Amino acid sequence: MSYIQEPFSEGNSLAHRLDPRGKIVVAALFAVLVAASKSYAATAAGLALALFCLALARLPWRKVAARLLMVNSFIFFLWVVLPLTYPGEAVWRLGPLTATRQGLLFTGLITLKSNAIIIGLIALIATVPVVTLGQSMHHLRLPEKLCHLLLFTYRYLYVFEQEFHRLVQAMKIRGFRPRTNLHTYRSYAYLAAMLLVRSYDRADRVYQAMLCRGFHGRFYSLRTFAWQRRDWIFLGLSLPALAVVLYLEWHRPTLW
Amino acid sequence: MSEPLIELRNITFTYPGAPQPVFRDFNFQLPPGEHLGLMGPNGCGKTTLLHLIMGLLRPQAGSIYIFGQEVKREKDFIEVRRKVGLLFQHADDQLFCPTVLEDVAFGPLNQGKTPAEAMAIARKTMARLGLTGFDDRVTYKLSGGEKKLVSLATVLAMEPQLLLLDEPTAGLDEKTKDRLIHILQHLEIAYMIVSHEHVFLNHTVKECCHVHGHCCQPVET
Repeated sequence: MSYIQEPFSEGNSLAHRLDPRGKIVVAALFAVLVAASKSYAATAAGLALALFCLALARLPWRKVAARLLMVNSFIFFLWVVLPLTYPGEAVWRLGPLTATRQGLLFTGLITLKSNAIIIGLIALIATVPVVTLGQSMHHLRLPEKLCHLLLFTYRYLYVFEQEFHRLVQAMKIRGFRPRTNLHTYRSYAYLAAMLLVRSYDRADRVYQAMLCRGFHGRFYSLRTFAWQRRDWIFLGLSLPALAVVLYLEWHRPTLW
Repeated sequence: MSEPLIELRNITFTYPGAPQPVFRDFNFQLPPGEHLGLMGPNGCGKTTLLHLIMGLLRPQAGSIYIFGQEVKREKDFIEVRRKVGLLFQHADDQLFCPTVLEDVAFGPLNQGKTPAEAMAIARKTMARLGLTGFDDRVTYKLSGGEKKLVSLATVLAMEPQLLLLDEPTAGLDEKTKDRLIHILQHLEIAYMIVSHEHVFLNHTVKECCHVHGHCCQPVET
Protein backbone atom coordinates (compact mmCIF):
# COMPACT_ATOMS: atom_id res chain seq x y z
CA MET A 1 0.00 0.00 0.00
CA SER A 2 1.11 3.48 -0.80
CA TYR A 3 2.39 5.87 1.83
CA ILE A 4 0.81 8.78 0.01
CA GLN A 5 -2.67 9.15 1.37
CA GLU A 6 -5.41 11.70 1.25
CA PRO A 7 -6.82 11.21 4.73
CA PHE A 8 -9.11 14.23 4.59
CA SER A 9 -10.73 13.54 1.23
CA GLU A 10 -12.83 10.66 2.52
CA GLY A 11 -15.95 11.51 4.41
CA ASN A 12 -19.56 12.31 4.01
CA SER A 13 -19.91 15.57 5.91
CA LEU A 14 -21.56 18.66 4.49
CA ALA A 15 -18.13 20.07 3.60
CA HIS A 16 -17.40 16.91 1.60
CA ARG A 17 -20.68 16.94 -0.27
CA LEU A 18 -20.47 20.54 -1.47
CA ASP A 19 -19.62 21.07 -5.13
CA PRO A 20 -15.81 21.30 -5.39
CA ARG A 21 -16.07 24.27 -7.75
CA GLY A 22 -17.78 26.41 -5.13
CA LYS A 23 -15.27 25.33 -2.53
CA ILE A 24 -12.32 26.20 -4.77
CA VAL A 25 -13.68 29.68 -5.48
CA VAL A 26 -14.41 30.40 -1.83
CA ALA A 27 -11.10 28.92 -0.65
CA ALA A 28 -9.15 30.97 -3.20
CA LEU A 29 -10.89 34.22 -2.24
CA PHE A 30 -10.46 33.40 1.42
CA ALA A 31 -6.76 32.61 1.10
CA VAL A 32 -6.00 35.79 -0.86
CA LEU A 33 -8.00 37.94 1.53
CA VAL A 34 -6.39 36.55 4.68
CA ALA A 35 -2.91 36.53 3.17
CA ALA A 36 -3.22 40.18 2.19
CA SER A 37 -4.78 41.41 5.43
CA LYS A 38 -2.66 43.46 7.79
CA SER A 39 -4.97 43.70 10.77
CA TYR A 40 -5.52 41.33 13.65
CA ALA A 41 -9.27 41.86 13.47
CA ALA A 42 -9.59 40.64 9.87
CA THR A 43 -7.19 37.74 10.43
CA ALA A 44 -8.98 36.66 13.59
CA ALA A 45 -12.30 36.76 11.74
CA GLY A 46 -10.69 34.65 9.00
CA LEU A 47 -9.49 32.13 11.56
CA ALA A 48 -12.98 31.95 13.04
CA LEU A 49 -14.46 31.30 9.59
CA ALA A 50 -11.87 28.64 8.87
CA LEU A 51 -12.57 26.91 12.18
CA PHE A 52 -16.27 26.98 11.43
CA CYS A 53 -15.68 25.25 8.08
CA LEU A 54 -13.37 22.76 9.75
CA ALA A 55 -16.14 21.92 12.21
CA LEU A 56 -18.49 21.34 9.28
CA ALA A 57 -16.00 18.94 7.66
CA ARG A 58 -15.89 16.72 10.78
CA LEU A 59 -12.38 15.48 10.08
CA PRO A 60 -10.39 13.23 12.41
CA TRP A 61 -8.99 15.90 14.75
CA ARG A 62 -5.80 14.00 15.52
CA LYS A 63 -4.76 14.06 11.88
CA VAL A 64 -5.69 17.73 11.58
CA ALA A 65 -3.63 18.48 14.68
CA ALA A 66 -0.69 16.54 13.25
CA ARG A 67 -0.82 18.55 10.06
CA LEU A 68 -1.10 21.86 11.91
CA LEU A 69 1.85 20.86 14.05
CA MET A 70 3.88 20.33 10.89
CA VAL A 71 3.03 23.80 9.60
CA ASN A 72 3.63 25.42 12.95
CA SER A 73 7.02 23.82 13.30
CA PHE A 74 8.10 26.05 10.42
CA ILE A 75 6.48 29.03 12.07
CA PHE A 76 8.42 28.25 15.22
CA PHE A 77 11.57 29.36 13.41
CA LEU A 78 9.94 32.68 12.64
CA TRP A 79 9.37 33.14 16.36
CA VAL A 80 13.05 32.51 16.93
CA VAL A 81 14.23 34.98 14.30
CA LEU A 82 11.65 37.67 13.56
CA PRO A 83 11.03 39.34 16.96
CA LEU A 84 14.77 39.74 17.35
CA THR A 85 15.45 41.21 13.95
CA TYR A 86 12.38 43.38 13.31
CA PRO A 87 13.13 47.06 13.98
CA GLY A 88 10.99 48.78 16.61
CA GLU A 89 10.48 49.48 20.27
CA ALA A 90 12.36 47.07 22.54
CA VAL A 91 10.33 45.07 25.04
CA TRP A 92 12.80 42.45 26.12
CA ARG A 93 16.56 42.21 26.17
CA LEU A 94 19.01 39.41 26.69
CA GLY A 95 22.63 40.42 26.22
CA PRO A 96 23.01 41.64 22.64
CA LEU A 97 19.54 40.33 21.67
CA THR A 98 16.51 42.63 21.66
CA ALA A 99 12.97 41.57 20.97
CA THR A 100 10.74 44.33 19.62
CA ARG A 101 7.05 44.90 20.20
CA GLN A 102 6.45 45.32 16.47
CA GLY A 103 8.37 42.15 15.78
CA LEU A 104 6.27 40.15 18.22
CA LEU A 105 3.01 41.56 16.83
CA PHE A 106 4.13 40.87 13.28
CA THR A 107 5.12 37.28 14.04
CA GLY A 108 1.84 36.76 15.86
CA LEU A 109 -0.03 38.02 12.81
CA ILE A 110 1.86 35.67 10.52
CA THR A 111 1.12 32.74 12.83
CA LEU A 112 -2.55 33.58 12.89
CA LYS A 113 -2.71 34.05 9.12
CA SER A 114 -0.90 30.82 8.29
CA ASN A 115 -3.11 28.81 10.58
CA ALA A 116 -6.28 30.43 9.28
CA ILE A 117 -5.30 29.67 5.68
CA ILE A 118 -4.15 26.12 6.38
CA ILE A 119 -7.29 25.32 8.35
CA GLY A 120 -9.44 26.87 5.63
CA LEU A 121 -7.70 24.82 2.96
CA ILE A 122 -7.91 21.62 4.99
CA ALA A 123 -11.63 22.17 5.43
CA LEU A 124 -12.40 23.19 1.84
CA ILE A 125 -9.69 21.83 -0.47
CA ALA A 126 -8.29 18.76 1.30
CA THR A 127 -11.84 17.42 1.47
CA VAL A 128 -11.77 17.12 -2.34
CA PRO A 129 -9.79 14.17 -3.78
CA VAL A 130 -6.88 15.57 -5.81
CA VAL A 131 -8.24 14.01 -8.98
CA THR A 132 -11.62 15.71 -8.57
CA LEU A 133 -9.78 18.92 -7.73
CA GLY A 134 -7.98 18.83 -11.07
CA GLN A 135 -11.21 18.12 -12.92
CA SER A 136 -13.11 20.90 -11.18
CA MET A 137 -10.28 23.33 -11.92
CA HIS A 138 -10.74 22.34 -15.52
CA HIS A 139 -14.47 23.05 -15.23
CA LEU A 140 -13.71 26.46 -13.72
CA ARG A 141 -11.80 27.20 -16.95
CA LEU A 142 -8.48 27.53 -15.22
CA PRO A 143 -5.56 27.19 -17.66
CA GLU A 144 -5.48 23.64 -19.01
CA LYS A 145 -1.76 23.36 -18.47
CA LEU A 146 -2.21 24.09 -14.79
CA CYS A 147 -4.85 21.37 -14.36
CA HIS A 148 -2.78 18.81 -16.22
CA LEU A 149 0.31 19.73 -14.29
CA LEU A 150 -1.60 19.08 -11.07
CA LEU A 151 -3.07 15.78 -12.25
CA PHE A 152 0.17 14.48 -13.71
CA THR A 153 2.21 15.53 -10.69
CA TYR A 154 -0.19 13.70 -8.46
CA ARG A 155 -0.27 10.67 -10.71
CA TYR A 156 3.51 10.45 -10.91
CA LEU A 157 4.07 10.94 -7.21
CA TYR A 158 2.87 7.35 -6.92
CA VAL A 159 5.21 6.19 -9.66
CA PHE A 160 8.16 7.92 -8.01
CA GLU A 161 7.16 6.48 -4.70
CA GLN A 162 6.94 2.96 -6.09
CA GLU A 163 10.26 3.24 -7.88
CA PHE A 164 11.79 4.69 -4.74
CA HIS A 165 10.59 1.84 -2.55
CA ARG A 166 11.68 -0.73 -5.09
CA LEU A 167 15.18 0.74 -5.14
CA VAL A 168 15.33 1.06 -1.35
CA GLN A 169 14.26 -2.55 -0.99
CA ALA A 170 16.88 -3.64 -3.48
CA MET A 171 19.45 -1.83 -1.35
CA LYS A 172 18.14 -3.28 1.90
CA ILE A 173 18.14 -6.90 0.81
CA ARG A 174 21.79 -6.53 0.00
CA GLY A 175 22.50 -5.42 3.52
CA PHE A 176 22.60 -1.65 3.08
CA ARG A 177 22.32 0.26 6.34
CA PRO A 178 22.58 4.04 6.28
CA ARG A 179 25.59 5.27 8.22
CA THR A 180 27.57 8.46 8.30
CA ASN A 181 30.15 7.57 5.72
CA LEU A 182 31.06 8.07 2.12
CA HIS A 183 29.55 4.75 1.06
CA THR A 184 26.14 5.85 2.37
CA TYR A 185 26.31 9.24 0.68
CA ARG A 186 27.40 7.70 -2.58
CA SER A 187 24.64 5.09 -2.43
CA TYR A 188 22.04 7.77 -1.77
CA ALA A 189 23.39 9.79 -4.67
CA TYR A 190 23.05 6.72 -6.88
CA LEU A 191 19.53 6.20 -5.59
CA ALA A 192 18.55 9.77 -6.44
CA ALA A 193 20.18 9.60 -9.86
CA MET A 194 18.60 6.24 -10.65
CA LEU A 195 15.22 7.53 -9.58
CA LEU A 196 15.62 10.48 -11.93
CA VAL A 197 16.75 8.38 -14.90
CA ARG A 198 14.07 5.75 -14.40
CA SER A 199 11.34 8.33 -14.00
CA TYR A 200 12.49 10.11 -17.11
CA ASP A 201 12.39 6.86 -19.08
CA ARG A 202 8.98 6.06 -17.74
CA ALA A 203 7.67 9.49 -18.67
CA ASP A 204 8.96 8.82 -22.16
CA ARG A 205 7.18 5.48 -22.40
CA VAL A 206 3.95 6.94 -21.07
CA TYR A 207 4.13 9.66 -23.70
CA GLN A 208 4.66 7.03 -26.40
CA ALA A 209 1.65 5.09 -25.14
CA MET A 210 -0.38 8.29 -25.25
CA LEU A 211 0.72 8.96 -28.83
CA CYS A 212 -0.40 5.44 -29.74
CA ARG A 213 -3.83 6.29 -28.49
CA GLY A 214 -4.12 9.35 -30.66
CA PHE A 215 -3.02 12.01 -28.16
CA HIS A 216 -2.51 15.37 -29.81
CA GLY A 217 -1.94 17.73 -26.93
CA ARG A 218 -5.50 18.08 -25.70
CA PHE A 219 -7.25 16.45 -22.81
CA TYR A 220 -10.96 15.95 -22.53
CA SER A 221 -12.73 15.72 -19.22
CA LEU A 222 -15.57 13.27 -18.74
CA ARG A 223 -16.55 14.47 -15.34
CA THR A 224 -19.72 16.47 -14.90
CA PHE A 225 -20.57 18.25 -11.69
CA ALA A 226 -24.01 18.88 -10.31
CA TRP A 227 -24.47 22.28 -8.75
CA GLN A 228 -27.18 22.00 -6.13
CA ARG A 229 -29.18 24.19 -3.82
CA ARG A 230 -26.79 23.62 -0.92
CA ASP A 231 -23.99 25.00 -3.11
CA TRP A 232 -25.92 28.22 -3.66
CA ILE A 233 -26.49 28.42 0.08
CA PHE A 234 -22.80 27.83 0.75
CA LEU A 235 -21.82 30.53 -1.73
CA GLY A 236 -24.55 32.83 -0.41
CA LEU A 237 -23.23 32.53 3.13
CA SER A 238 -19.50 32.50 2.37
CA LEU A 239 -19.40 35.62 0.25
CA PRO A 240 -20.98 37.89 2.92
CA ALA A 241 -18.70 36.30 5.51
CA LEU A 242 -15.70 37.13 3.36
CA ALA A 243 -17.11 40.63 2.93
CA VAL A 244 -17.07 41.00 6.72
CA VAL A 245 -13.38 40.04 6.74
CA LEU A 246 -12.79 42.63 4.03
CA TYR A 247 -14.72 45.23 6.01
CA LEU A 248 -12.64 44.56 9.13
CA GLU A 249 -9.46 44.90 7.08
CA TRP A 250 -10.67 48.14 5.52
CA HIS A 251 -11.69 49.87 8.75
CA ARG A 252 -9.05 48.27 10.83
CA PRO A 253 -10.53 48.60 14.31
CA THR A 254 -7.45 48.85 16.50
CA LEU A 255 -7.22 46.12 19.07
CA TRP A 256 -3.73 47.01 20.18
CA MET B 1 -3.25 -12.37 -53.22
CA SER B 2 -4.64 -9.59 -51.05
CA GLU B 3 -2.46 -6.79 -49.76
CA PRO B 4 -0.52 -7.39 -46.53
CA LEU B 5 -1.65 -5.36 -43.50
CA ILE B 6 1.92 -4.53 -42.72
CA GLU B 7 4.95 -4.64 -44.91
CA LEU B 8 8.49 -3.67 -43.97
CA ARG B 9 10.97 -3.42 -46.83
CA ASN B 10 14.73 -3.39 -46.34
CA ILE B 11 14.53 -1.75 -42.94
CA THR B 12 17.74 -0.79 -41.19
CA PHE B 13 17.52 0.39 -37.65
CA THR B 14 20.21 1.12 -35.07
CA TYR B 15 19.54 2.57 -31.63
CA PRO B 16 21.50 5.77 -31.06
CA GLY B 17 24.89 4.92 -29.62
CA ALA B 18 24.48 1.17 -30.17
CA PRO B 19 27.40 -0.58 -31.87
CA GLN B 20 25.24 -3.08 -33.79
CA PRO B 21 22.08 -2.42 -35.78
CA VAL B 22 18.98 -4.28 -34.55
CA PHE B 23 17.75 -4.72 -38.12
CA ARG B 24 19.74 -4.71 -41.35
CA ASP B 25 17.81 -5.05 -44.60
CA PHE B 26 14.94 -6.45 -42.59
CA ASN B 27 11.84 -7.62 -44.46
CA PHE B 28 8.52 -8.56 -42.97
CA GLN B 29 4.91 -9.05 -44.04
CA LEU B 30 1.72 -9.58 -42.10
CA PRO B 31 -1.16 -10.94 -44.23
CA PRO B 32 -4.74 -9.83 -43.45
CA GLY B 33 -6.58 -11.72 -40.76
CA GLU B 34 -3.36 -13.25 -39.51
CA HIS B 35 -2.77 -14.13 -35.88
CA LEU B 36 0.98 -14.20 -35.55
CA GLY B 37 3.30 -14.91 -32.64
CA LEU B 38 6.72 -13.27 -32.52
CA MET B 39 9.44 -15.05 -30.62
CA GLY B 40 13.13 -14.70 -30.08
CA PRO B 41 15.69 -14.03 -27.37
CA ASN B 42 15.74 -10.79 -25.38
CA GLY B 43 17.11 -7.93 -27.39
CA CYS B 44 16.47 -9.48 -30.81
CA GLY B 45 14.18 -6.62 -31.82
CA LYS B 46 10.64 -7.81 -31.12
CA THR B 47 9.58 -4.67 -29.28
CA THR B 48 11.59 -2.54 -31.70
CA LEU B 49 9.60 -4.03 -34.57
CA LEU B 50 6.31 -3.05 -32.92
CA HIS B 51 7.59 0.46 -32.19
CA LEU B 52 8.74 0.87 -35.79
CA ILE B 53 5.25 -0.07 -36.98
CA MET B 54 3.66 2.50 -34.66
CA GLY B 55 6.15 5.21 -35.66
CA LEU B 56 7.57 5.55 -32.17
CA LEU B 57 10.93 4.76 -33.71
CA ARG B 58 12.03 5.70 -37.23
CA PRO B 59 14.23 3.47 -39.35
CA GLN B 60 17.46 4.83 -40.83
CA ALA B 61 16.66 3.16 -44.14
CA GLY B 62 13.88 1.18 -45.80
CA SER B 63 10.18 1.71 -46.10
CA ILE B 64 7.10 0.77 -44.13
CA TYR B 65 3.68 0.13 -45.67
CA ILE B 66 0.63 -0.14 -43.47
CA PHE B 67 -2.74 -1.07 -45.00
CA GLY B 68 -1.02 -0.62 -48.35
CA GLN B 69 0.01 2.98 -47.69
CA GLU B 70 3.62 4.00 -47.29
CA VAL B 71 4.15 5.72 -43.93
CA LYS B 72 7.06 8.07 -43.45
CA ARG B 73 6.24 11.16 -41.47
CA GLU B 74 4.59 11.78 -38.12
CA LYS B 75 1.42 12.82 -39.96
CA ASP B 76 1.19 9.39 -41.63
CA PHE B 77 1.72 7.61 -38.35
CA ILE B 78 -1.08 9.57 -36.65
CA GLU B 79 -3.38 7.86 -39.15
CA VAL B 80 -1.74 4.49 -38.40
CA ARG B 81 -2.32 4.90 -34.68
CA ARG B 82 -6.04 5.33 -35.29
CA LYS B 83 -6.19 1.89 -36.86
CA VAL B 84 -3.48 -0.07 -35.08
CA GLY B 85 -3.52 -0.61 -31.32
CA LEU B 86 -0.40 -1.33 -29.30
CA LEU B 87 -0.57 -2.94 -25.88
CA PHE B 88 2.59 -1.99 -24.01
CA GLN B 89 4.61 -4.49 -22.06
CA HIS B 90 4.13 -2.64 -18.79
CA ALA B 91 0.58 -1.62 -18.01
CA ASP B 92 1.98 1.16 -15.83
CA ASP B 93 3.26 2.85 -18.97
CA GLN B 94 -0.10 2.67 -20.61
CA LEU B 95 -2.43 3.86 -17.86
CA PHE B 96 -2.08 7.47 -16.91
CA CYS B 97 -5.56 8.80 -16.22
CA PRO B 98 -6.77 8.92 -12.66
CA THR B 99 -9.76 6.65 -13.12
CA VAL B 100 -10.33 3.56 -15.26
CA LEU B 101 -13.27 5.00 -17.20
CA GLU B 102 -11.32 8.11 -18.14
CA ASP B 103 -8.36 6.07 -19.27
CA VAL B 104 -10.49 3.83 -21.48
CA ALA B 105 -12.32 6.87 -22.88
CA PHE B 106 -9.06 8.74 -23.59
CA GLY B 107 -8.52 7.12 -27.01
CA PRO B 108 -12.09 7.56 -28.30
CA LEU B 109 -12.04 11.20 -27.17
CA ASN B 110 -8.82 11.73 -29.11
CA GLN B 111 -10.57 10.24 -32.11
CA GLY B 112 -13.08 13.06 -31.87
CA LYS B 113 -15.96 11.28 -30.13
CA THR B 114 -18.17 13.31 -27.80
CA PRO B 115 -17.81 12.60 -24.05
CA ALA B 116 -21.15 10.74 -24.07
CA GLU B 117 -20.13 8.54 -27.02
CA ALA B 118 -16.68 7.96 -25.55
CA MET B 119 -18.20 6.89 -22.24
CA ALA B 120 -20.59 4.53 -23.99
CA ILE B 121 -17.73 2.95 -25.97
CA ALA B 122 -15.60 2.71 -22.85
CA ARG B 123 -18.38 1.01 -20.86
CA LYS B 124 -19.10 -1.39 -23.74
CA THR B 125 -15.43 -2.32 -24.08
CA MET B 126 -15.05 -2.78 -20.34
CA ALA B 127 -18.14 -5.00 -20.24
CA ARG B 128 -16.65 -7.11 -23.01
CA LEU B 129 -13.51 -7.67 -20.98
CA GLY B 130 -15.40 -8.37 -17.77
CA LEU B 131 -14.48 -5.03 -16.23
CA THR B 132 -17.98 -3.80 -15.49
CA GLY B 133 -18.05 -1.71 -12.33
CA PHE B 134 -14.43 -0.58 -12.66
CA ASP B 135 -15.45 2.93 -13.83
CA ASP B 136 -14.27 4.92 -10.86
CA ARG B 137 -11.48 2.63 -9.73
CA VAL B 138 -8.17 4.44 -9.51
CA THR B 139 -5.80 3.09 -12.18
CA TYR B 140 -2.63 3.01 -10.10
CA LYS B 141 -4.31 1.16 -7.27
CA LEU B 142 -5.37 -1.82 -9.42
CA SER B 143 -3.71 -5.23 -9.20
CA GLY B 144 -1.26 -6.33 -11.91
CA GLY B 145 -3.84 -8.47 -13.72
CA GLU B 146 -6.51 -5.80 -13.55
CA LYS B 147 -4.05 -3.24 -14.90
CA LYS B 148 -3.29 -5.47 -17.87
CA LEU B 149 -6.96 -6.00 -18.71
CA VAL B 150 -7.71 -2.29 -18.35
CA SER B 151 -4.77 -1.48 -20.65
CA LEU B 152 -6.20 -3.89 -23.20
CA ALA B 153 -9.57 -2.15 -22.83
CA THR B 154 -7.95 1.24 -23.48
CA VAL B 155 -6.54 -0.08 -26.76
CA LEU B 156 -9.65 -1.99 -27.87
CA ALA B 157 -11.87 1.03 -27.14
CA MET B 158 -10.28 2.66 -30.18
CA GLU B 159 -11.69 -0.15 -32.32
CA PRO B 160 -8.40 -0.94 -34.03
CA GLN B 161 -8.20 -3.04 -37.18
CA LEU B 162 -4.96 -4.58 -35.99
CA LEU B 163 -3.69 -5.23 -32.50
CA LEU B 164 -0.05 -5.51 -31.43
CA LEU B 165 0.63 -7.04 -28.03
CA ASP B 166 4.03 -6.77 -26.36
CA GLU B 167 4.54 -9.64 -23.90
CA PRO B 168 0.96 -9.50 -22.67
CA THR B 169 1.36 -12.37 -20.20
CA ALA B 170 4.41 -11.07 -18.33
CA GLY B 171 3.69 -11.26 -14.62
CA LEU B 172 0.12 -12.52 -14.94
CA ASP B 173 -1.34 -15.42 -12.99
CA GLU B 174 -2.92 -18.43 -14.73
CA LYS B 175 -6.46 -17.18 -14.28
CA THR B 176 -5.77 -13.82 -15.89
CA LYS B 177 -3.82 -15.54 -18.66
CA ASP B 178 -6.85 -17.73 -19.36
CA ARG B 179 -9.06 -14.66 -19.48
CA LEU B 180 -6.66 -13.05 -21.92
CA ILE B 181 -6.63 -16.18 -24.10
CA HIS B 182 -10.42 -16.21 -24.11
CA ILE B 183 -10.58 -12.53 -25.08
CA LEU B 184 -8.05 -12.93 -27.91
CA GLN B 185 -9.78 -16.04 -29.29
CA HIS B 186 -12.96 -14.01 -29.66
CA LEU B 187 -11.34 -11.00 -31.32
CA GLU B 188 -12.30 -10.52 -34.92
CA ILE B 189 -9.25 -8.53 -35.93
CA ALA B 190 -5.73 -9.48 -36.91
CA TYR B 191 -3.16 -9.41 -34.14
CA MET B 192 0.48 -9.99 -33.49
CA ILE B 193 1.80 -11.14 -30.12
CA VAL B 194 5.33 -10.87 -28.79
CA SER B 195 5.75 -13.58 -26.18
CA HIS B 196 8.12 -16.11 -24.70
CA GLU B 197 5.34 -18.43 -23.62
CA HIS B 198 4.72 -21.35 -25.96
CA VAL B 199 1.55 -22.49 -24.23
CA PHE B 200 0.01 -19.04 -24.46
CA LEU B 201 0.94 -18.71 -28.13
CA ASN B 202 -0.38 -22.19 -28.90
CA HIS B 203 -3.79 -21.05 -27.71
CA THR B 204 -3.84 -17.68 -29.40
CA VAL B 205 -1.97 -17.76 -32.70
CA LYS B 206 -1.86 -19.91 -35.80
CA GLU B 207 1.73 -19.20 -36.73
CA CYS B 208 4.87 -18.20 -34.94
CA CYS B 209 8.10 -16.77 -36.17
CA HIS B 210 11.53 -15.97 -34.84
CA VAL B 211 12.71 -12.40 -35.20
CA HIS B 212 16.21 -12.10 -36.65
CA GLY B 213 18.27 -9.19 -37.86
CA HIS B 214 17.23 -9.72 -41.48
CA CYS B 215 13.81 -11.33 -41.41
CA CYS B 216 11.27 -13.29 -39.42
CA GLN B 217 11.66 -17.03 -39.77
CA PRO B 218 8.57 -19.21 -39.39
CA VAL B 219 8.74 -21.65 -36.50
CA GLU B 220 7.05 -25.03 -36.33
CA THR B 221 4.55 -25.09 -33.50
